[in-house]
Amino acid sequence: METDHAYPVGGGRRSPVERLSNPYGDDKVIAACSLFGAMDTSGRRFSGSLVATAIANMHDRGNGLGGGFAGYGLYPNFKDSYCFHIMFLSKETRHEVEDFLRRHFRVHHGEEIPTRRGARVSNPPIIWRYFVDVAPAQDGLGSATEPIVEADYIVERVMQINTGISDAFVFSSGKDMGVFKGVGFPEDVADYFRIEDYAGYAWTAHGRFPTNTTGWWGGAHPFSVLDWTVVHNGEISSYGINRRYLEMHGYICTMQTDTEVVAYAADLLMRRHQLPVELAAKVMAPPFWEVIDRMPEDQREVALALRQVYGSLLLNGPFTVIICRSGEMIGLTDRIRLRPLTAATSGDVLFLSSEEAAIRLVCPDLDRTWIPMGGEPIIGRLKTSAPVVSPASRNGIPVLTGEEQR
Amino acid sequence: MADASADIRQGRIVEVNAAGLYYKDLNALLRKMADGPDGQDVAKIVLRNVAGQRYIATDLDRPIEVEIHGTPGNDLAAFMNGQRIVVYGNAQDGVGNTMNSGEVVIHGHSGDIMGMSMRGGTIYVRDYVGYRVGIHMKEYLDKVPALVIGGTAQDFLGEYMAGGRIVVFGLDLGPGECHHANFIGTGMHNGAIYLRGPVRDYQLGKEVGVVRPGEGLWSPADWDFLRKCAEGYVRHFGGEVEEILRGEFIKLYAKYLRPYGPLYSWRN
Repeated sequence: METDHAYPVGGGRRSPVERLSNPYGDDKVIAACSLFGAMDTSGRRFSGSLVATAIANMHDRGNGLGGGFAGYGLYPNFKDSYCFHIMFLSKETRHEVEDFLRRHFRVHHGEEIPTRRGARVSNPPIIWRYFVDVAPAQDGLGSATEPIVEADYIVERVMQINTGISDAFVFSSGKDMGVFKGVGFPEDVADYFRIEDYAGYAWTAHGRFPTNTTGWWGGAHPFSVLDWTVVHNGEISSYGINRRYLEMHGYICTMQTDTEVVAYAADLLMRRHQLPVELAAKVMAPPFWEVIDRMPEDQREVALALRQVYGSLLLNGPFTVIICRSGEMIGLTDRIRLRPLTAATSGDVLFLSSEEAAIRLVCPDLDRTWIPMGGEPIIGRLKTSAPVVSPASRNGIPVLTGEEQR
Repeated sequence: MADASADIRQGRIVEVNAAGLYYKDLNALLRKMADGPDGQDVAKIVLRNVAGQRYIATDLDRPIEVEIHGTPGNDLAAFMNGQRIVVYGNAQDGVGNTMNSGEVVIHGHSGDIMGMSMRGGTIYVRDYVGYRVGIHMKEYLDKVPALVIGGTAQDFLGEYMAGGRIVVFGLDLGPGECHHANFIGTGMHNGAIYLRGPVRDYQLGKEVGVVRPGEGLWSPADWDFLRKCAEGYVRHFGGEVEEILRGEFIKLYAKYLRPYGPLYSWRN
């Protein structure tokens, strides 16, 4: 569906120089999207420069039309507030969104996300972050008998901003996490957002080779709602049916790219419907009917029920995704593994990557590396219920407490 | 162009620190050392700190050995013609893509589509391999490519296989454990796949038939070939030839020359 703007092909006269330097007209594009994820299951926080180095090693898998990062455990001093990373295409929009936030939330702090001048990204928009608490009373919502579900409240407000306020898009809206993404190679996006200044216990990264939709800042990966983030290599051919199904549950797709549905599907299945990861994986990458036929009775009933109830959330087409939320990182491929995924462990750290070389580059001493089977989720979880938070004060990160803000 | 840090040791072995070297520069350097006027006495190139550089050892004109430490990138030995590669580590996807001749030895596992469209030569893998290994391998007269895999394989092994030999020893399978691959030999229309260790009927593609030792279609030449593969495997990775050959083998052959003929033309 996508046009490859960066690589015009066919037609046109070729210059004598080009005929010499490229005698066969060989404009082969070897890109394919790159994914990387790292989680320290002990909760120890590490700098984003590690994932930036890893994803940069897969430079040739992207074409400069998108790169992005998601980090978890980034904002220990605000860890109980929801953090909105929001992109604005105009200044006026920012004021409109800030009005909206003040009406629906208790806003503790808002600031422009620090960036580095001279980074090689194209047309950066205005990107701010806000730390907010849910204040339903302001909306006249919720009561002692019918308390609101905070997360649902957040999702609804995110959809309102994305659909109701023009030129404003929420990059992420979870607690103690954030998404940084844009148009450029991932190493350039890392440079722009000063990713090395942040420390988190889990990170995912993406280098984009857009094949179906335009390369714009909102369309870069990770896609996110609440603290869910998704980076994706491949193509969700079932986007249309997935999107319609998710719309029935209040998720509106606005980012113009197929991957968006995976983030919303994860939220619906695993948060709202409380499915364990293993079953959610079987919704998105279900076993073949003939495999289901061979299952023992009890497993067959579950597999059949999932296909019957959630048929519209089957992700068709080739994909590898890394889905992340607070305390959990999941790698999953389509059931016939049409896109690559390699997993590795080193002590408490789980790595997921499109290529093993990227893992070894940042961690030469691995306990184990392996290639998972298609449709088999690889799951990393924090060993403690809450991330171990070390005293935070990294360069570039504002260390602010709630008191200072009031 | 980054500093290649190349220095010649013992006259004929060249060592290259590939850290940070872009794949095009690394391959240009290999070409220079293998085929350039200054490199005529080089017999072996040792690459250190390899980290994902693609197409290593493609487009070299002279037989030479390349020893790789680290993780080579995709399409290692693509179109390779007569060289020898030894990898101390795992390989990624696309090893031996359209390889014409030579040998690749991988001391680890190897990723997807290894041996894709391979035309000749041999690839040895100590451990297991990924999806669609041997897809559309071919053969012609005395050019018969072979893949010798010590562990098991993932799905679609030998998919659309048009020639050559794939041998999977299954040495990493536990007692009674079946091979992992499903859809083995789907669309296969020539060549042969040898599997050592148990496999269930449903794991096989619809286009393959099964032959067991002692049956009419199993010939002494099959054992000769398997012995050669086991000897090669043991030479590279250790183990016992006889122990490998004592295992239970089956051979998969293509039942149809044109399994999908009717799909693409009215004439079968």
